[in-house]
Amino acid sequence: MSASANQMEQVLDEATLSRAEEESRYGLSQSQLIWRKFIRSRMAIGGGVAILLFYLVALFANFIAPYGGDQRFTDYLYAPPQGIRFDTQNGLYIYGLEKKVDPDTLLTTYKPDTTRKIPVKFFAHDQPYKLMGLFDTDIHLLGLPVKDTGIFLLGSDRQGRDMLSRILIGSQMSLTIGLVGVFLSLIIGSITGVTSGYFGGQVDNVIQRVIEVIRSFPSVPLWMALAATLPQHWPPERIYFSITVILSFIGWTWLARQLRGKVLALREEEFVMAAQLSGASDAWIIFRHLIPAVFGHIIVIASLAMPGMILAETTLSFLNLGLRPPLISWGVLLQEANGLENLRHFPWLLFPALFIAGAVLSFNFFGDGLRDAADPYTM
Amino acid sequence: MITFIVRRLLAMIPTLLLVSILTFIIIELPPGDFMTQLAANVGTSGSSMDQAAVENLQRQYGLDKPAVIRYLTWISGFPRGDFGYSLDWKAPVRDLIGGRLGMTLLLSIISLGIMWVVALPIGIYSATRQYSLGDNLLTLLGFLGLSVPEFVLALIYLFVGIFVFNISVMGLFSSEMESAAWSPAKVADMAKHLIPPAIILGVGGMAQLIRIMRGSLLEILGQQYITTARAKGLKESVVINKYAVRVAINPLISVMGMQLPNLINGAVVLGMVLALPTIGPLFVRALLSQDQYLAGTMLLFLSLMLMLGNLLADVALAWADPRIRLE
Repeated sequence: MSASANQMEQVLDEATLSRAEEESRYGLSQSQLIWRKFIRSRMAIGGGVAILLFYLVALFANFIAPYGGDQRFTDYLYAPPQGIRFDTQNGLYIYGLEKKVDPDTLLTTYKPDTTRKIPVKFFAHDQPYKLMGLFDTDIHLLGLPVKDTGIFLLGSDRQGRDMLSRILIGSQMSLTIGLVGVFLSLIIGSITGVTSGYFGGQVDNVIQRVIEVIRSFPSVPLWMALAATLPQHWPPERIYFSITVILSFIGWTWLARQLRGKVLALREEEFVMAAQLSGASDAWIIFRHLIPAVFGHIIVIASLAMPGMILAETTLSFLNLGLRPPLISWGVLLQEANGLENLRHFPWLLFPALFIAGAVLSFNFFGDGLRDAADPYTM
Repeated sequence: MITFIVRRLLAMIPTLLLVSILTFIIIELPPGDFMTQLAANVGTSGSSMDQAAVENLQRQYGLDKPAVIRYLTWISGFPRGDFGYSLDWKAPVRDLIGGRLGMTLLLSIISLGIMWVVALPIGIYSATRQYSLGDNLLTLLGFLGLSVPEFVLALIYLFVGIFVFNISVMGLFSSEMESAAWSPAKVADMAKHLIPPAIILGVGGMAQLIRIMRGSLLEILGQQYITTARAKGLKESVVINKYAVRVAINPLISVMGMQLPNLINGAVVLGMVLALPTIGPLFVRALLSQDQYLAGTMLLFLSLMLMLGNLLADVALAWADPRIRLE
């Protein structure tokens, strides 16, 4: 009897608690509601943290990478991945590599040379670089005291360059190109979308027609055609910027469509009418009232657009139509893995794919959680 | 229904014209043309091609005329089935692209079929066992499927196919079947080379369909007519399959139109990695050699495929859901 009474009490307690919680929600601002809902989704938080890590790594890529992106170990072409070993006597060390050339196939194979233990040093001095493009330094997180061989945690490539270093440095390209592309799409898309929805009529017609035509193309072939127009002799920075422009050429249409719908509804709201009556210009209403009102929506769309941009860059670069060497990006790196012989003998050239999948997965989780959170009034 | 289809087809014509103009502008953008590109290539290989010869060839193929005239000549050939002449292959464009467009389409259709056959039962499973271990696992797998680009999956497939199973994975036929006459064995061989790419192509869309099916079915299962059906004492399998799934399937049909671009994109890229005779390899070569009419025609046909696919998806939706009125 007393047990059931206890239970009853507990249920009542919970009911009052949840009611209190519900009532406290009325006092929260929209951004607080969004934050609450977002924090509840563990996958989205995980995705967000992973994204932060990815960008931190990209920022300090030159430091974390044992070597520079173009540093070659000509004696160690296509060296397989090495593991770091540990024992109490030597601390961290790796085995040197013993080279053997197959007389029939002329294929070089490597075997760990267990007689040669090379200690792994933290904060080792190696190739100089500019940290974050600002500070000159030559300190790398990991390194070897000897210079005749290298530490290849993820193997080395055709020219004896360390894959890990190249993947880390490539992340700077692959992760920022999406960011810049999304940013450009956001600017074009939010201005055209909001304008289209706000003015309606002929302006709306023309903008919608343009969007319809662009969307009638399948994106990858259109990107390929646009990327093929870039002259071969252009300097890398210009190619990089052009690729972001090409990516946003299609990217903005999606955002513009979504925002137009939102603004069509907002246009009828009292605060817009009030602004119009107090003599605000159209530009003022668009930039000070409408864009801030749909800002949350814009952010959600941006985070959902990121994976597509990253995938597009890697696909284009993989097909030799996007970024080209000497630029390093994940797509450029994967290009080297293409071809049967490469895959058969040097499967570690596929490692960049893991990083692509990781980055895109994080953005997918993050964007999905953000989308749910952006509509905080549904429970 | 017929009037709807006819009206949509007619409305497609102005859009197609605009698409063709944009296509032509993009293809024209790079400086120079096929002949100057050819001259440059010949130049790097040692021998030289003098200016007069280049100009002569340009005149011969009408490349010296203004862009507007060339556009009009190109586009006016379309109703007659004349899509211009490929300078690279020395053949009419029509003879080059027919089979490859068909292969792109075939790959996309097989992929679409596989996608539905796999996604439907998984979506139903996930929705009826919400938050179970299986559901969570499938959700995670779905996100993973969305996150790996097709060409990476294709590379992994190449790797596993050669390394683990030691099977022929490139191209449309095994080498010994390549020149054989058509026979059941050859068809089986082609299927063996087509179905794995089709699965790879469908992975992303499959993940999307599973998520939508799960969400849609969950929403339907909360509705009152489902409770009524259960209260009537219907078997659970009847409630799910005849009452809920029937309605929950509609959003899937409407996203079919949105998935088409991805299928076409993927078919183009996969063709490059797995050496399949889709549009992909030919398209890239045409782009790089500035074989303008070939590249332009292919881009235009890919767009047409997309538009027709969208129309089909709309018609299918109207057919599946009588509540939708076509006007």
